[in-house]
Amino acid sequence: MDLAFFLIQLLNGLQYGLLLFLVASGLTLIFGIMGIINLAHGSFYMVGAYLAWSLSSLTGSLSAAIALAIPLTVVLGMGLERLLFRHLYQRDHLYQVLLTYGLILVFEELRSLIWGDDVHGVAVPELLNYSIPLTENLSYPVYRLAISTVCLLLAFGLYFLIQRTRLGMMIRAGASNREMVQSLGIDIKLIYTLVFALGIALAAFAGMINAPLSSVFPNMGGGVLIICFVVVVIGGIGSVKGALIASLAIGLAETFGQVLVPEISGMIVYVLMAIVLVWRPQGLFGRA
Amino acid sequence: MNETSATAAPHRASGEVLLEASGLHTYYGVSHILHGVDFSIRGGETIGLMGRNGMGKTTLLKTMLGLVRPSEGQVKVRGIDMTHAETHAIARRGIAYVPEGRGIFPNLSVRENLLMAARAGVDGQREWTFDRVIDTFPRLGERLNNGGAQLSGGEQQMLTIGRALMTNPDLLILDEATEGLAPLIAREIWSIIKTIRRSGIATVIVDKNYSAVMALADRSVVLVKGRVVFAGDSNALSENPELMHRFLGV
Repeated sequence: MDLAFFLIQLLNGLQYGLLLFLVASGLTLIFGIMGIINLAHGSFYMVGAYLAWSLSSLTGSLSAAIALAIPLTVVLGMGLERLLFRHLYQRDHLYQVLLTYGLILVFEELRSLIWGDDVHGVAVPELLNYSIPLTENLSYPVYRLAISTVCLLLAFGLYFLIQRTRLGMMIRAGASNREMVQSLGIDIKLIYTLVFALGIALAAFAGMINAPLSSVFPNMGGGVLIICFVVVVIGGIGSVKGALIASLAIGLAETFGQVLVPEISGMIVYVLMAIVLVWRPQGLFGRA
Repeated sequence: MNETSATAAPHRASGEVLLEASGLHTYYGVSHILHGVDFSIRGGETIGLMGRNGMGKTTLLKTMLGLVRPSEGQVKVRGIDMTHAETHAIARRGIAYVPEGRGIFPNLSVRENLLMAARAGVDGQREWTFDRVIDTFPRLGERLNNGGAQLSGGEQQMLTIGRALMTNPDLLILDEATEGLAPLIAREIWSIIKTIRRSGIATVIVDKNYSAVMALADRSVVLVKGRVVFAGDSNALSENPELMHRFLGV
């Protein structure tokens, strides 16, 4: 493996990891703070991708499609939280698993009815549709670099929100003692609605920006969901920092695994998870 | 502790009925805990809420705060019916709660525990600022960046009281604030409660140290099996050994 090829794999791994982070950060927040196991989280990734495809077909621009789709997914997230998820906070995880598994089926059926069962491609925005040459024979797409940059900015923004703002303090406090937060005059239900909508919007946004790279296809949320649960387990439930580090580790492990040891690349992330679980059952940054 | 902060003018909510409960019946499942309890407190007043374990003191507080729903009865905050209101809406009308077991946020630092609660009082005043709370609890000032879980029991209690003050309340409800603390630390907490009382904030004090409670309280309310068996002048209770023995077992 020469340096340029290594650099390309490194960039691919980081880009994949950062994209995973967008989906996994919402999952870990919703799980860690609200105590909700949301199996339907991957469905929102799929909804984002399909919205990006259908709206960009309508408007002729992926940027316009994303600008329109983000508010839609925020409203969808807030609506679902108020209608369904709010009733499950005090319930056993089994209820949550049943409801959210049901939601996966509903979303897939709706997707089939609205958008059909075909695979669709989404065009890379014209402005970013070129590559940077690394060597005579190798180049790297600017769109991938742009995705990584946006994901990094969002990761820093999310970290700032959770760790450095009063709203973030309230969100973290809500994870440890919901009743006490309310007793201090803070509307915890509103905070939960915001956290849920934020998590859903991040997952959907990941689906939107990845649509030109991955295409848009039925059941595309399933694979992402499983790998994001691995991220949450490795990073520690509720830890945004843990989710970032675990996402990057998994992104790099999968990417280099596929190049270096393709025969066993499918199991590398699960072996990684098993090692972390034996070493630190609460995950890298989870609370014991 | 900064004693000068205790010499504040009469409090802004002085005399107004802040919290009023009437005919409260509360159940936990099939267990009938409160049997038609009446309770009220005015601005600037200090009430000792007493009773042996399991008599319904914490349930009464939680019912008035909307943390537990009554099956019958009414809770008014500043004259407005808030029986079915959310806890945060009740708290925002100037009521702060220091619960039994403290309720600090262990995953937040001391500074964050205080700052996340900061808000102006009902009339927009910010008499209790971060600096004033630290001035009142210098021990917290030394541990601002420590996690809540790293504090001693006494420091945790100071943090919970300081955090409640950051909401600039007119009424502070203290449920077993000195429970489990070493006598020296408990004395420090009592001294802080006196300071808060002198600043004009109304207080409801639940504590097993009955003599300390009655020495501070203008009025005492005693619960026995979910019923109010005594409500009146604290001296009338403390000077009557027969009532003290019958109601409180001392």
